[in-house]
Amino acid sequence: MTQALITQIDPGAIALGVEADDRETVIRLLADRLQRGGYVKSSFADAVIAREAAMPTGLPLGRAVNVAVPHTDPEHVLKPGIALATLARPVAFANMEDPDEVVEVGLVFLMALNDKDRQIEMLQQIIETIQSEAAIAGLMQAASLEDVAAILK
Amino acid sequence: MSIKKRVLFACGTGIATSTVVSHAVVEAMKERGISIDPRQCKATEVRSEASGMDLIVSTTQLPSDLPVPSIVTLAFLTGMGKAEALDKIEAALRA
Repeated sequence: MTQALITQIDPGAIALGVEADDRETVIRLLADRLQRGGYVKSSFADAVIAREAAMPTGLPLGRAVNVAVPHTDPEHVLKPGIALATLARPVAFANMEDPDEVVEVGLVFLMALNDKDRQIEMLQQIIETIQSEAAIAGLMQAASLEDVAAILK
Repeated sequence: MSIKKRVLFACGTGIATSTVVSHAVVEAMKERGISIDPRQCKATEVRSEASGMDLIVSTTQLPSDLPVPSIVTLAFLTGMGKAEALDKIEAALRA
């Protein structure tokens, strides 16, 4: 049976209403949460930031809020996990499809992945969430972990 | 009778978005009578992995002079333009 997405997100890795000036600040904040939870190595944050510069993960959704799904190679990951941030104001990521295009992102899923075949369900659930305008709107308004859990159940 | 095609799915790391796209396209093409043997790789490995493939589907930019037809699309991630992307993939595989 499919596990709810919320059961795969460490409550300690959910950050709501984050005030950040750039994507690096957001990535470092979430990577630090994942590292404290034992999901990733200390090399993870730098690796994600480097990869974001070369191979960006901003997804333009044609709606009020765009999403980014930063991640990196399995060698920096100890166990699979997801961190989630809603941003008080959008920060600039680049478009996955076109690195020269800026995507203003309000919601970030930082993904620690190390086995694509075992993490496909988690990935599909994140993508389903991204494709749901109601889920994104709900997450952006979430003020507590309970609010987030109610949306990602 | 269904036709069988080899498709290379590429993304930045070769494990995240290409996994989602691969599953989505394999399932959708099955319904359209095309059986896909999927492979995955990093976008940077596409040139060396392309040989023997019928099509490359990527979520990120690819070199322009590949020996195999390619489609770059975010449709299977964003949900926008999914049907159109599937039509393009089907047309490329039946060409």
